[in-house]
Amino acid sequence: MTSRLTPLAGPDDHIQGPRDAPVTLVEYGDYECPYCGMAHPIVKAVQRRLGDQLRFVFRHFPLTAMHPHAEPAAEMAEAAGVHGKFWAMHDILYTHQNALEDEDLISYAAHLGVDPRWAASELQHHAYAERVRAHFLSGVRSGVNGTPTFFINGVRHDGPWDEPSLLKALMSAAHATARR
Amino acid sequence: MSLDTPADPHPVHASPLPEGMAAPEFTLPSGPNEQIRLADLRGHPVILLFYPADWSPVCGDEVALFNEVLPELQRHGAELVGISVDGVWCHKAFAEARNLRFPLLSDFEPKGAVSRSFHAYRERDGFSERALFLLDGEGVIRWSHLSPVDVNPGADGVLSALESLASTQPEAEQPEAVPTGATP
Repeated sequence: MTSRLTPLAGPDDHIQGPRDAPVTLVEYGDYECPYCGMAHPIVKAVQRRLGDQLRFVFRHFPLTAMHPHAEPAAEMAEAAGVHGKFWAMHDILYTHQNALEDEDLISYAAHLGVDPRWAASELQHHAYAERVRAHFLSGVRSGVNGTPTFFINGVRHDGPWDEPSLLKALMSAAHATARR
Repeated sequence: MSLDTPADPHPVHASPLPEGMAAPEFTLPSGPNEQIRLADLRGHPVILLFYPADWSPVCGDEVALFNEVLPELQRHGAELVGISVDGVWCHKAFAEARNLRFPLLSDFEPKGAVSRSFHAYRERDGFSERALFLLDGEGVIRWSHLSPVDVNPGADGVLSALESLASTQPEAEQPEAVPTGATP
């Protein structure tokens, strides 16, 4: 049975790459998940390789009972996103997975030029919890069972996601789009 | 009988008990000093999550996922219980390690008896199938699903079934157009 992404990538998403790229890669991830940490440089590498051919979207899927820092980290990424710094925060979080305490998150916000008092307050009030939960539930309804889970042009990628495998799957999707 | 293919190490089992049947009654330990009686959960939809073993990687993912989805299940008034043949002390350690917010029942003695009664037991392996059941408030099975033992079924199917059940309440006499319990 093929699991399909609902909703597909849209204007509310965090997007890197051109909107009309032939391939869209959507990742559901958790900032405290070690496998997602392993996937982060792999995604970067396939983005470099495919350039304008690839659009990348990230959605939150925090497993909060196993990863107590995953939810605040996701909320902080959203807070940074209000200031246009979502991807900068995303990269910091995945390269600092061993330092995700609230004070760490607030210092990352400050580092990105976001007022740390504002960031602390947003975190404390869970201002973005609903958005993170909406991402999580869209994942549950799309067949995300763990992290990271990837969708390529809306279809769940159940194969391996080491760099050569992921690149091959993305290129094959690009060719399929080109043939249509 | 064809001898072309080697024996399947994971034979396809008969379907789990199908929708429309009354769930077999049971009482199982939920901890060293507690028990849960299925009959005591009447009045709410109940989700039974049978799984092969505490600590195995896929199970860990499945229970972690259901643990996170629990608020959505509870929004529909549903109760969730996990069932495997592991003993109560094993369940206790597993539940604590994963911060589980729903009870795990031990189908431990006589081993697998409840799993068998739901047609959710793997005789050759000696553990429960990876199977999900949704019971309505009357204890009638309204949806069931059997997964390959190494595949996390996710929570989408049971959420859809729960929504479908909610939309037919309170007078749910007619059969529902819910997915069958066939293996994918």
